[in-house]
Amino acid sequence: MPVPLAHVIALSAILFAIGTVGALSRRNLVVILMSIELMLNAANVAFLGFARAWASLDGHVMVLMVIVVAAAEVAVGLGIVIALFRNRESVDVEEVSLLKW
Amino acid sequence: MSAPAVFFYLFGAAAVVSALAMVLNVRNTVAAAMSLVVTMISLAVVYVTLEAHLVAALQILVYAGAIVVVFLFVVMLLNLRRDTFAPSRQLLTKGAGVVLALGVAGAFLQLVPQALPTVQEIPPDFGSYAAVGRTLYRDFVLPFEVTSFLLLAAIVGAVVLAKRRLD
Repeated sequence: MPVPLAHVIALSAILFAIGTVGALSRRNLVVILMSIELMLNAANVAFLGFARAWASLDGHVMVLMVIVVAAAEVAVGLGIVIALFRNRESVDVEEVSLLKW
Repeated sequence: MSAPAVFFYLFGAAAVVSALAMVLNVRNTVAAAMSLVVTMISLAVVYVTLEAHLVAALQILVYAGAIVVVFLFVVMLLNLRRDTFAPSRQLLTKGAGVVLALGVAGAFLQLVPQALPTVQEIPPDFGSYAAVGRTLYRDFVLPFEVTSFLLLAAIVGAVVLAKRRLD
């Protein structure tokens, strides 16, 4: 007997909520990027749950695309973190508020 | 309960606990990255219980392998201080947040279970390398090629951003 789809979606929602809390409340830029990775993984769980329920492989292909986007995002994001640390000696987002209104 | 269901609940709980450990750990960024590894590997097991074998292998290779190693490299290069949570906001903002969270959770518990489809039977090669590869290279060739441009742009962007001085 397979896992009910509602439980898979619940796991996805819980992980997404934890990632949102981390991205909004932490101030260390590296941990914020990790939280965004967690949110992308929560989306992957939902994709795979629906793919299993509808017996369709399109969701698996979407997850591969999400993994590629996540890898690209980490490379660019951590490049920005290093450039930021070189200029400011800090990765605290509260100290980088030039574009904030 | 069948074996896949047992593993789903066990490793789903492990993923949630280690995700919480990652978000709530303010002292040590390396430990937070290690909690992220545990989350990723637990989610790979969850993917196997959902019959996504190729994606589970890639999850371990790309996430638990490559991405977390890049995170650890950056943590090693930087000199990180102890982190704190953002300063607490006003009472009104907190109340609005609690009301919004309860509203979303209530709507989720009420509406989502009714709207979901029943789980269908799957063919025996569902989620295998051959089946996913056929779908990827027959129906999704153009998106697959476009991702190669995205990766190229990300490589160039990362080098430009992290380089000390461009000649």
